[in-house]
Amino acid sequence: MNRPVLELRNISKTFPGVKALDSVELQLYPGQVTALIGENGAGKSTLVKVLTGIYAPDGGEILIDDAPVTMQAATDAKRHGISAIHQEAVMFDELTVTENIFINNQNRNIFGLLDWKLMRKRAKTLLEYLDVNVDPNIPLRELSVAHKHLVSFAAALSVSSSIVIMDEPTASLSHHEIQELYRLVRRLRDEGKAILFISHKFDEIFEICDRYTVFRDGQFVGSGGIADVTQDDLVAMMVGRTVSQIYPKEQTTIGDTVMSVKGLSHPSEFADIDFDLRKGEILGFYGLVGAGRSEVMQALFGLTPTSSGSMELNGKPFKPRTPGDAVDQGLVYVPEDRQHQGAILTLPIFQNITLPQLGGLSRSGFIDMAREYDVAREYATRLQLKASSLSENVENLSGGNQQKVVIGKWLATNPNVIIVDEPTKGIDIGSKAAVHKFMGELVAQGLSVIMVSSELPEVMGMADRVIVMHEGRIAARFERDDMTAEAIVTAATGA
Amino acid sequence: MMNEEVLKHPMTKDIKDLPDNLNGDWRNKLMRWETLLMVFVAIAFFTNTQISPYFLDPWSLSDATFNFTEKAIIALPMALLIIARDIDLSVASTIALASVAMGFANTMGAGPIELALIGMAVGTVAGFINGWIITRFDIPAIVVTIGTMSLYRGIAYIVLGDDVYRSYPSDFAFFGQGYVWGVLSFEFLLFLCLAVVFGILLHKTTFGRRVYAIGNNPTAALFSGINVKRHRLFLFTLVGLFAGIAAVLLTSRIGSTRPSIAMGWELEVITMVVLGGVNILGGAGSIVGVFIAVFLMGLVTFGMGLMNVPGIVMSIFTGCLLILVIGTPIIWRRFLNARKMRSNSGE
Repeated sequence: MNRPVLELRNISKTFPGVKALDSVELQLYPGQVTALIGENGAGKSTLVKVLTGIYAPDGGEILIDDAPVTMQAATDAKRHGISAIHQEAVMFDELTVTENIFINNQNRNIFGLLDWKLMRKRAKTLLEYLDVNVDPNIPLRELSVAHKHLVSFAAALSVSSSIVIMDEPTASLSHHEIQELYRLVRRLRDEGKAILFISHKFDEIFEICDRYTVFRDGQFVGSGGIADVTQDDLVAMMVGRTVSQIYPKEQTTIGDTVMSVKGLSHPSEFADIDFDLRKGEILGFYGLVGAGRSEVMQALFGLTPTSSGSMELNGKPFKPRTPGDAVDQGLVYVPEDRQHQGAILTLPIFQNITLPQLGGLSRSGFIDMAREYDVAREYATRLQLKASSLSENVENLSGGNQQKVVIGKWLATNPNVIIVDEPTKGIDIGSKAAVHKFMGELVAQGLSVIMVSSELPEVMGMADRVIVMHEGRIAARFERDDMTAEAIVTAATGA
Repeated sequence: MMNEEVLKHPMTKDIKDLPDNLNGDWRNKLMRWETLLMVFVAIAFFTNTQISPYFLDPWSLSDATFNFTEKAIIALPMALLIIARDIDLSVASTIALASVAMGFANTMGAGPIELALIGMAVGTVAGFINGWIITRFDIPAIVVTIGTMSLYRGIAYIVLGDDVYRSYPSDFAFFGQGYVWGVLSFEFLLFLCLAVVFGILLHKTTFGRRVYAIGNNPTAALFSGINVKRHRLFLFTLVGLFAGIAAVLLTSRIGSTRPSIAMGWELEVITMVVLGGVNILGGAGSIVGVFIAVFLMGLVTFGMGLMNVPGIVMSIFTGCLLILVIGTPIIWRRFLNARKMRSNSGE
């Protein structure tokens, strides 16, 4: 095998109270895609920050082309030909696409002024290279999420680099866009670049990666060729044990209709949404980003007004005008954006859990703190929340545990129907399995779950029935027995 | 079926015993903003005793409370409003409007109780208008209340011009000048009672908890089923009501109404709130902090009065204080974080 273009030896990084990286090693080879795998908190993000010069390691060596280098600042990384595409790109909505691409990397003309003509030309070339049909002169806010993402790729590629780091690049992309991304990754690989690909999703790791490196709790566990391992091997390395099933679908008896929605429409986002939800079932909603799934759910939850249509919940007409109305009638919503919509990060765990039902935990307006802690502890225990105390702020928890707090706060209200919007987005595999298992328990207890998801394995693994949306309308419905990946994706893309 | 063991994280501890909270040692409890404020209060108190032998005289202390009590009464609901990520800059103008309304009602022959009710009603309406515009049309509070700051004061000027309303009924003077028990004035007692009520309201009730939730993350609060707009509207109305109460006390105390009454008070009220440790960006703060800050401001102003510091210098001082107190909590928090980091790494 050829020599690695980048090699890390015994890299350590300690933060107060935690050893984020403990003598880890990593090799990246030109023309190969290396997957970096590990649970949340395994040290992947810290490693990216070391590689991009944001953190200086406490010890160890970084070698590029066999020569030791120091990474003191982001400019060092750029100088050594390392560019990174971050999970959540730092982008400027009010600036144009070109300005975003060259945000800290502008071309200047002979007078030392910014050479916009050249930059626009280069932006155009880059976008064409990426197959993105976007006008480089329009402000970024006019683009879709997926296109914004691609613009951030263009920004990363605007620096000539031999090493490209991709930190969960597919997190906010739909199936079709992920395919586009794969093509791009392969092309970069074929051009001889060394690619570090960080992902939670095994299907993508097996699809496009050549090598793997696994970290666990800040330590290096193993590395090798993807062809030599199975998914179970990788999972075993990640969690230290085997997760036999990420999608523990339990057989449940499905009962009568709990909720029915007829002809629900919105002036611009969705139209003619019809469906029934039965007791004890998980109803999956699949679709591309922007298909209108979240908007429908927010209408069910009383956040978005509808223009026509009717709903029934438990045999009674259901017309929520505020989320409070929906909660009172037993329908709750776990939103997609857990950090902004789901949890209040700067408040303690127990206050987050009890927030929707404070009224029930109080007497004439005065909060009964003892009962509050009891309720919070009950759900923290049921969801296996990992925290130091109930008064710890939610911002200190990992993504998976934050999601558990949000799910817990809604379960504590004893709902009949729980809507979960991308319930496992960006959380590690252990938490993912825990959330799935818990959903199974909920339906076993007679709740009904509506699960919005863009992850096909999740939808196919967990849902009893699947509704596929395309451009604001229901494009297809599948029963568990007749769903196939191809049929679902075809319906979602409108093909 | 899923094997429970399989799902467990290697680091999982026994979560059945998740404690309510981790009580830090006594040093952590002492290192709070309120404690720092108390130290400043002690310094200011001691300095004042050195400046003037008359400072410790009960009557002189009682007199000193009149200088800040009305502002302090507005600072209580203002603290809640700022914690909920809003602000009201029109409170001083609301006082002018309410005072002018009382002066006008007085010329029509209203009695003391009617005057007080009119003052509070006008304040409530002014606050409701602020809140209604802000929540109905989703306009930032700072913009709307700068607008109504000019609007309410402007109405007061149009009604009164260069004139003065005087000759309020003699019984009306009780609100701002009366004593309940010894040197304890009616308005100071009112402030003490209201401070207790607000302390309970903010820290013990569902309403207070929701105010914190809204201030920390209005979107998540909405997604949690809280009627955010209704809470905000209520808070603006409450601030208006308290500006009305302050107008009654102030008008009663000085016995006259000019359209320039209470000019610039909004900044002093906000200074008290922020000095009390309420985060100007919302989400954090306590009534105890505001309560102590009120006394600190009072003591400092009184001390400068004892030293015959001219009024304009006092306002320079207030300006500097405002900048300092917005900056200090930020630096203070940074210091605390650094301390926390050090102690964590020492473990």
